[in-house]
Amino acid sequence: MSREIDSREIDKLDEPQALPTTARLSLGLTGAAIPTREQLRFQLDHALARDAVHTLLDIPALLHGLQQRGRAGFVLRSAIEGESRQKGRHLYLRRPDLGRTLHPDFAQALRDYAASTPEKPDVAFILVDGLSALAIERHALPLLDALLPTLDDHSSLAPICIVSQGRVAIGDEIGHLLGAKLVVLMIGERPGLSSPDSLGVYITWNPLPGRTDAERNCVSNIRQEGLSYNDAAQRIAFYMKEARRLETTGIALKETSAPESSRVSD
Amino acid sequence: MPYSHTVRGMKHTFADLRTLLAKASPLRSGDQLAGIAASGAEERVIAQMTLAELPLSVFTNEAVVPYETDAVTRLIIDSHDPQAFAPIAGLSIGEFRDWLLSDEATSERLAGLSIMPEMAAAVSKLMRVQDLIQVARKISVVSRFRTTVGLPGRLSTRLQPNHPTDDPLGIAASILDGLRLGSGDAVIGINPVSDSVASVTHLLRLIDHVRLRYSIPTQSCVLAHVTTQMEAMQQGAPLDLLFQSIAGTEAANASFGVSLELLDEAHAMARELRRGGLDGETGGENVFYFETGQGSALSANAHHKVDQQTLEARAYAVARRYKPMLVNTVVGFIGPEYLYDGKQILRAGLEDHFCGKLLGLPMGCDICYTNHAEADQDDMDALLTMLGAAGVNYIMGVPGADDIMLNYQSTSFHDALYLRRLLGLRPAPEFEAWLAGEGFHQLQRLGQPAALLPPEVAQ
Repeated sequence: MSREIDSREIDKLDEPQALPTTARLSLGLTGAAIPTREQLRFQLDHALARDAVHTLLDIPALLHGLQQRGRAGFVLRSAIEGESRQKGRHLYLRRPDLGRTLHPDFAQALRDYAASTPEKPDVAFILVDGLSALAIERHALPLLDALLPTLDDHSSLAPICIVSQGRVAIGDEIGHLLGAKLVVLMIGERPGLSSPDSLGVYITWNPLPGRTDAERNCVSNIRQEGLSYNDAAQRIAFYMKEARRLETTGIALKETSAPESSRVSD
Repeated sequence: MPYSHTVRGMKHTFADLRTLLAKASPLRSGDQLAGIAASGAEERVIAQMTLAELPLSVFTNEAVVPYETDAVTRLIIDSHDPQAFAPIAGLSIGEFRDWLLSDEATSERLAGLSIMPEMAAAVSKLMRVQDLIQVARKISVVSRFRTTVGLPGRLSTRLQPNHPTDDPLGIAASILDGLRLGSGDAVIGINPVSDSVASVTHLLRLIDHVRLRYSIPTQSCVLAHVTTQMEAMQQGAPLDLLFQSIAGTEAANASFGVSLELLDEAHAMARELRRGGLDGETGGENVFYFETGQGSALSANAHHKVDQQTLEARAYAVARRYKPMLVNTVVGFIGPEYLYDGKQILRAGLEDHFCGKLLGLPMGCDICYTNHAEADQDDMDALLTMLGAAGVNYIMGVPGADDIMLNYQSTSFHDALYLRRLLGLRPAPEFEAWLAGEGFHQLQRLGQPAALLPPEVAQ
């Protein structure tokens, strides 16, 4: 039998909070186990992440926020629609394909809108709950506030779409139906243990159903402890400008001097 | 070719072998997403009854993915050894289960077994969790680099010190924390954020520096794409283990940017470095570290309507070709659309471990889940304990089970200590000896992770 690891023989790290990491270090040992305080901290973080996944988007609050900013909102739902609220969330987790498609009624509504609006928009902003409605509720409007003033005044914007039970690729269908040249889609990212409200932004030129993630650019980890609104806005504005200049997004745009971009995930 | 079976006077027919396998597969969301799962519990059991009656040799006649268009199928068929298969060739799949569980199937006989991955997958579908544990426990697959991993009564760990920006000091802090808790005898392996050659090389140098400075018997790995690691090797990076994700079809591997030819080339290059070796030998043959996981082929739209568990077993045929040091099924990482909850993750982890061992692979498991799966720490404890009982070669060691780069929960340094204590398991012998020595003692007394950094990084 080998000797057990003994906590009494391990010296504490000097100022662990000063280290450039949020890893759960120096947790201590009781027997072989994690002591109670750290055990419960983990459980609370997991509870927050779980609740974030299952929280449903507060659409009236978002519409109200847009109205205060003098912006029109267009409410859409994915093909998950038709199920009860919580059942819908469980279906959403099992069927990513349905989350990438608009419900037919809402696709029709969008088609009708586009038919009644002769001028095609340059940019469509789309807010999608994704895996964290909390991320959209906390960060989408402040990020728009930081981003919109930096954009070229001449570009025309579609009404801001709000989508529930959606995934990243639903932006392709929406952008296509609107006839938009560029889609900027904000979505709640999969909650991490210490980041229940992380927002991701995907920029796609010439949106069409069937686009792959390689054809998008992504700015992720937008949250209080992560990327700030101003930094995120700067990167997004950069991608939007480059997308218009090169008439493409994705890999072709990646090698430029953009501030570091992140992994694509959905 | 269709397969029929009569149950209680009713005849049931399944269109072909892949349909039968899919319907016989225990329930999981990925097969439902692919539209190939059994329509209900009854159809599933009838499919299992039908499968149990088929001869094992059915797989030598009918491929689930066409031979002509799939390199993994060609690898499986062309490397099948009829002579080694002969002793069990006459068994049905149901009889094969009975034989595996019987006292006749000793460790020695199981070690000499030669079967196709689809046979392992098929028999696993007839097995309960205790069967998967019981049979796997009889098989030990040992691999060697600077440590010997997989010996009976041993449990090793991969120390996984990931960091969201590859910060060297942040990574060093996690390495220090893990080493002090006895983690890292299978490998110190970092998932890098950046796939650049420079970044991979820096991280390899960091691990190598720590290893040499404190005389730690272990090996390094930076889990970048294989082509990036090849470039790093060419530029002189101190690479020990070569990493790549693999899957069970040619098209799925293509989506990972790899082919058998590329893996052959990388393998030869890493062996050429001759960095491993124990007991005076240099250049051990176990240099690959593979990761797999059910659902990857479907997520790449490359599943050929074959169920995800059978495809996972086929990935092991790719791994087997290279006599790897480590194979890791990252079981709960892929998300609930493939493995919905703790129950599905638990069974999948045990299936993968069983199939891998039966096919002669040094299986470890990343016992893990994401926050959108219906799973929690209790589910992981159950799988951890069962895999320990099944004789898993190694598990992950992540600070507090929280991977702050990949945003999922794996097993902690503490989890490995729990399992070792509970089941009386010990680390790899070389590492165990190191734990009793000066290098380890020094690390336990260290307050500053910066002391781990190579001089060129520290300043």
